Parts: sequence; structure tokens; C-alpha cells
Amino acid sequence: MGVSEKLGNLGVVTTTVEQAVNWARTGAMWPLLFGLACCAIEYMSSQASSYDLSRFGMELNRATPRQADLLIVSGRLTRKMAPVVRQLYDQMAEPKWVISMGDCASCGGVYNNYAIVQGVDEIIPVDVYIAGCPPRPEQLLHGILTLHEKVKGERIADWA
Amino acid sequence: MQIPAARDPVSALRETFGADILHVKEFRGETTIVVSVWRLPEALDFLRISAGLVYNMLSDVSAVDYYPDDYGAAFDGGARDFRPQRFAVSYHILSLLYNRRLRVKAFADGEDPRLPTATMVWPAADWLEREIADMMGIVFEGHPDQRRLLMPEDWFGHPHRRDYPLGKETVAFSFNEAEIRKHKPFARD
Amino acid sequence: MAVAERYQSIEEQRRWEGSFDQLRGLVSERAITGETMLLNMGPHHPSTHGVLRLLLELDGEQIITCLPDIGFLHTGIEKSIEDKSYEKALPLTDRMDYLSPMSNNMVYASAVEKLLALDVPERAQIIRVICLELARCASHLVWLGTHAIDMGAMSVLLYAFRERERILGMFEMLSGQRMMSSYIRPGGVWRDVPADFLPTIKQFLADFPAKVDDYEALLTRNPIWKDRAQGVGVIEPDIALAHGMTGPALRGSGVNWDLRKAQPYSGYETYEFNVPLGEHGDVYDRYLIRIQEFRESMKILNQAVARLERVQGPYRSENRKYCPPLRSELGQSMEAVIHHFKLWTYGYDAPDDEIYCAIESPRGEIGCYIHGTGANKPRRVHFKTPSFMHISALPVVSKGYLLADMVAIIGSVDIVLGDCDR
Repeated sequence: MGVSEKLGNLGVVTTTVEQAVNWARTGAMWPLLFGLACCAIEYMSSQASSYDLSRFGMELNRATPRQADLLIVSGRLTRKMAPVVRQLYDQMAEPKWVISMGDCASCGGVYNNYAIVQGVDEIIPVDVYIAGCPPRPEQLLHGILTLHEKVKGERIADWA
Repeated sequence: MQIPAARDPVSALRETFGADILHVKEFRGETTIVVSVWRLPEALDFLRISAGLVYNMLSDVSAVDYYPDDYGAAFDGGARDFRPQRFAVSYHILSLLYNRRLRVKAFADGEDPRLPTATMVWPAADWLEREIADMMGIVFEGHPDQRRLLMPEDWFGHPHRRDYPLGKETVAFSFNEAEIRKHKPFARD
Repeated sequence: MAVAERYQSIEEQRRWEGSFDQLRGLVSERAITGETMLLNMGPHHPSTHGVLRLLLELDGEQIITCLPDIGFLHTGIEKSIEDKSYEKALPLTDRMDYLSPMSNNMVYASAVEKLLALDVPERAQIIRVICLELARCASHLVWLGTHAIDMGAMSVLLYAFRERERILGMFEMLSGQRMMSSYIRPGGVWRDVPADFLPTIKQFLADFPAKVDDYEALLTRNPIWKDRAQGVGVIEPDIALAHGMTGPALRGSGVNWDLRKAQPYSGYETYEFNVPLGEHGDVYDRYLIRIQEFRESMKILNQAVARLERVQGPYRSENRKYCPPLRSELGQSMEAVIHHFKLWTYGYDAPDDEIYCAIESPRGEIGCYIHGTGANKPRRVHFKTPSFMHISALPVVSKGYLLADMVAIIGSVDIVLGDCDR
């Protein structure tokens, strides 16, 4: 009785495949459990109780790149670490996105010297850059929501 | 247990090593003893095991590069510091028993810097010396592991030398951004 | 095509042989013949606490050799400091040990003060002690959460970070930044504590001891926790001393050595607190020590807060050659403008001599060696960091334990890779 009534009230929802898939992708975007430096601690803060990233479908951090959709490069990237990050990125399955978290990952930050790659976009393509040294958890949340907006705008024609 | 009375490290070293104690300096309450290179491990071991000294912990090993010309004949231990050669390696040692610190220093040549290792005296010297070998290019003779520690294996040069460039890139402002972006590599999928 | 494939495989073979050649002498011969297993752990591994890489030689599950490989976070901080004046180099030091940036600020600032023979006013010393002890609590909270998660207790992290947010809120109140505060400067602190800081910290001090009891209720008598921690990763006192281990890793082995007691700085000799010591030197003892250090830090904080209310005065040195004047003086005094301009453009000269200064960070003795040039930039700055020494001792500490214990050992010596690689 109750179920059929409720189902009847729902009616029919029409959507496109594009919108439905993009909606699903934003709802369960699993990040790679990956931290480099200070920003990783703020990333842990955003995962923990006060900021709670799982509100955005990100409570699962996958330690293996094969199961992850989102690579958050959190922290300074050294020349020794760069090949490792590129390999992790290559191992992730499509579709995949990259957030460059913090100044060091985005542009080298305060460390303009021989050891640091001046921007992670030199080795992997980046979707969203987050400024801050380190960014507050709110800034990370904002970056993730910005990425969600970007994903919602993706078109079938562009799916690789 | 009877704890032997503390001895003055400078006079104890002078008694045993004589002319191989090249220079002694006092600055801000810290004693620096310059030892000649070939008796460095011996002196460190002496400081570690002798009664009344017992410097049983190695706090730090740090190297300094007096490039380009802050060393040599002008620095002869008078009013100016004693710096016969380009590189100096300082062993900061600590006595837990007598609660005091000491710096033992040795100099190495700029052309072919070599020092004997202190790994036999303190195992802690292992990585600290490897770091210096990596970053300053000072070879520690007899060190069990001569690989690079911090930099990648195929890195060229020793970054902490004063003649090694910092390696910074030009910062992009609005007036030069287009020019920099032309040369900067960007990744593709 | 076939030629290319063949070429590739030979190249690959050569590469493998080359890597074994490098390992000859470091791992046992049995690893090269294939009798034992070589396992690569890291640099991307959830429980190496950062980008540490370990090459493990395993016989079954037993660790025979452990070869740590560091440098994946080598930032060139020491080299960058040589390019900056003394005051401007301070924010670089924040990012070494990113769990307790205050300790890094403190060791750098006190090293510069020692080089310049600069005195610090009493109020600044009290504020510094408050910051350092709060940083110790914040650092131990991250350690507690991550160490527990490594050992399988998932929920502790959520509780630990709940309290950590409050400490970070207080740091933000003081300095405007949650983590990288650059608050402790040579000569004092950046500014006085704001008016609402004292009520906040008092509220925190009233709440926190009960929270520590909560953590203990979750872990201390938990049989799974005890099984994983007791008798694992035993460090003998002489091994700890020979490898230069400090902090809770050394005190866990029963050696009573705390720089706050032994070589007091910033007025620590006037506070009453105990140094907790372990008996067995295992993972469990190091856990107990850090839990007790929470309580000791609370004792120090209570005394320091009471003293801060009583002691008024300047919060940084009045020596205008080294410390900038107040903002309010700039509008009235020409001399203040000159000092301000000189300090923020050129900085100050420091003698062409060397000093070494060490303090007790949450992880152990962090030391700073500065060699000046006589001008406004240092010739050489070197940081002796506790994580570096602890990782260098890992091969000795982990020998003979199981692979699963490795995670517990890494967690218990509390390493931070930014601290290690600098």
C-alpha cells in the first residue's frame, strides 16, 4: 500500500546519460590514500571528524591507485619523488582527476630551489589548483566542490 | 657506583694528542677543538671512552664550506678564526653523564676532500656522514655504505656546496608570464 | 618489432642485474640467489607515515635486513636558508617537522639568539613554553591517531583529531595560521596573545585530561593493542644511545634524558613536571610515555597560563637592532621607521662564527647548527632532526621481527619524513 503510493507519487524522472553518469561520478569519487608533506596533514584533518569529507562521498581512501578516481597531490613534490607520482597517476584507471593541493604542488611555493619540482603540472595534468600553505580544510572542500562542478560539465564527446 | 670527577676535555686531549690538537676556540660558551685529520677517529674514541669525559652520544655531524676565500693563510687562529682548508666537518658530541657538549672539528682539502669515518666510534655517524658525503661531496674513507642518501642516485654535483647554484626558476609575474610559459614543460595525459 | 621487444627485454634484464649489483653487500647472499624475498615498501604506502621507502629482505615473514631509502621529501631547506636573511628564513623552518612547526621555529629562533647573544623577555618565554607544549600535544595527537590506525584501531583518529582542531584553533588565534604559524621569532614572539586566548586555553585545559582518559580507555588495556605492542620493537638503552636516538624512543628504554630538564631553555627549569620513563623499551612503553607526556604537558601549561596572567611586559626583545619596533611607534618616531626599514630590507649582521643549539621537540632532540658569515645571510645552517636518527636506527630495531611488526615499530618511533629529509 505505502510503497506503491510513494512510487506513484515519484513519477518519471527524465535525464540524459551524460548527466546521470556525471552525477554518479561526483557522488562517489574515491581519492587515493596518498600524502606527501604538510598538506597531507590538513587533508587528514578534512577526513577526520570536524570537516568530514565523507559528506561528499569520499570516505573511502583507496591505498591502491587501481581503485582510485582522484589523486590529491598534497605537498611539495621533489625531483626524487616525481617519477613515483607519475607512475601512480599512470596506474589509475580512467576516468581520473587530479587536485593540486597547496602552493608547493601548484607552483613550487616558497621552495624555489634545486630539489623541488616547480608545479606538479610539469609531470601530470591538473584539474583544480588550491592555493594556501597549507590550505585550510575548507579550502580543500571548496576545491573538491569546484572539481565536482567541472565533472558535471563533462560531455560524452570528450570521454576518452 | 662512584662517578669519576669530570675532566676538562681540552687539557685531556692536549695531554694525549699533543701537537695534533691544532686549535681550541670558545664562542658563546661552546668549546670547539680542531683535531688533525689523521687522528680524528682516535680522538673521538678517546673522548667517548675515557673516564671523566664519556661523550657517549653523537648529536650531530655537520659540514661547512668556506668557499670562495674565507679560509687559508689569513685565517691562522689569531683574532680571526682558524680555517686552514676549504671544508670543515664538526662532530657535536654530548655527554649524558656530565651533561655537556663539545664540538670536534676537522678540515678537509677543497680539491679532494677526504676524512676518516667515525662509524666505528658511533653507529649514529653512519647516516650523518652519508648525508655530508651526498650534499658536500666529502669522502669518508672506510665508510661501510658509500651510496647517496638524500639525492637521487644519478644526481650530478653536491647541492650544499657554496659553489653549487640554488637552482631557482624565475618567478612568473604578469609582465614575464607569457615568456616563462613558453619554456615551462607541461604534462599531457 | 621483434627486435625492439628483444632489445627491451635485454635492457630490462640488465637493469635488474644492475640493481642486484648495487645491493650486493647490503642484503645477504641468499636474497641474490632468490632464497629469501626482497620486498619494496613505500614510498607510497599508507603506514610509512610519509614518503619513506624501505627495502626489506624477508625470510618467510621475518625481517632479515631493512634498508631505508630516504630523500623523497628532500626540500633543500638548508640551502634555501643560505639565500635569505636570518628573519626571512624562519618560515622555511616551519615546514620541516610539519606536525610541530613551533618546535622548529623555537630551535631556529634560539639558535639565532645564541649567535647574536640576544635576550628574550620573560613574557615571551612564557608564551613560547605555552606554544611548545601545545605543539607537543598536537603532534602526539596525530601520532596517536595514525599509530592506532596502523595497528587496526580506526576510531582513535577521529577522537584525536577532534581535540587537535581545538589546538590548531588556538594557534590560529595567536598567529593567523593553523599549522605553519611562524609565531616564535628571533627575539621573542610575533605579537602578544589576543584577549580571548586565555579563556580558550583555560577551557581546553579543563576539558583535555578527560579526553586523554578516553584515549586510554580505548587502547591501554585493550588486549589486541597489547598483543601487537608488547614485546615488539625492543630498543636496548645502549643501542638507542649508540644510534643517537632521543625523545620518547630513548626514554622508552629507561634512559632519563630530556633536554627540558637536562639543559633547560626558555625557563623550563622553573616549571614542575616529571619525565615519564619506560622499562622494556618496546612499542607499548613508547605509547605509554607519550600518553603520560600529555598529562605532563597539561601540568606545564597550567603553570604557564597562571604565570602569563601575572607577568606583563614586552613580548619581544627591546633591542631595536634585531627586533622590529611596534607598529604604533612607526607614526611617531623617525628612528623606529629607520629600524623597521633596515630590518625588513637588509636584516642584521651576525658574527662569522658557529653555534649549535638543541631543544626537545615532541620526537626528540632537534638541533640547529648555524655558521654565520659576518653579514646578513648564514654561511651554513644544518638541522639535526630526531626522525633522521630514528630512521637510521630502523635496521637495527626491526631486525628479527615480523613484517606486520614493522608498521608498529615505524609508528612507535614517530617519524616525520619532512623532518628527516629537510
